[in-house]
Amino acid sequence: MPLLSAPTLSHYLVLGAILFAISIAGIFLNRKNVIILLMAIELMLLSVNMNFIAFSSRLGDMSGQVFVFFILTVAAAESAIGLAILVLLFRNVGSIDVEDLDRLKG
Amino acid sequence: MTFGTALFYLFAAILVFAALRVVTARNPVHAVLWLVLAFFTAAEHWLMLGAEFLAIVLVLVYVGAVMVLFLFVVMMLDVNFDSLRKEFRSYVPLAATVGALVLVEMALTLIGGRLDIAASPAGGGAAGGSNTRALGMLVYTDFVYPFEIAAVILLVAIVAAIALTHRKRRETKYQDPAEQVKVRPRDRLRVLSLPSEKREP
Repeated sequence: MPLLSAPTLSHYLVLGAILFAISIAGIFLNRKNVIILLMAIELMLLSVNMNFIAFSSRLGDMSGQVFVFFILTVAAAESAIGLAILVLLFRNVGSIDVEDLDRLKG
Repeated sequence: MTFGTALFYLFAAILVFAALRVVTARNPVHAVLWLVLAFFTAAEHWLMLGAEFLAIVLVLVYVGAVMVLFLFVVMMLDVNFDSLRKEFRSYVPLAATVGALVLVEMALTLIGGRLDIAASPAGGGAAGGSNTRALGMLVYTDFVYPFEIAAVILLVAIVAAIALTHRKRRETKYQDPAEQVKVRPRDRLRVLSLPSEKREP
């Protein structure tokens, strides 16, 4: 297969894989900043959605797009609650550094 | 190479670059803006894949709502972001290793896996008609139960977000309906028996 051939399913899967790997690397890179962690999770969900839509489009099955619909819903809820927790955290601890969140350590 | 193919590679390059900038940006506000670009480019990809409704939803819900929420929070929190990046360099080898490992694993799966459909020509997506209509037909028939669960999840998210961040303000005057209902006449009205006074002649 030539390198720059017309996009097939594999192209989209590879794109999703690259995005997923970048966001995993991002989680390791920004271990201290909770906001960037949340953003990396959003990016991860985006790459999963990309796979779903590529498969749905290629197989001609709409169920994949319905799943993306639900994933978007859950991701929106997750980020809303995550940011609420973040605000609460900042209000109580005064920091969003993951290292400072050791109150449950006992 | 057709125009569509060129567009795919252009958008893929933009998407990967934006994703890289999200995780490496020094300023979180910049990271959010790069994430907006990433979502927007992903929406373009979805549009080219024939998922018009989800592409629009991604722009409206994600770029329009969730990213603005992120921006609000990032700008509202008065955090010294430089101190959060102090050990950034020390994490680079680990992050690069794990990221490369994940990428290699997925590449091996894609290459060696039995993905016969990968080389097959396009199935053409929904057979005629609009994508939104097809999605709606599916959501309101086969997936109506998960759809309602999704609605409940959104409700839970609303309630949770408000309950978590709501602060009672001291200076606000409240009415307590329970107290109001519980009140008895003797709490409010005191009947005193005063001796009657004689009027001076």
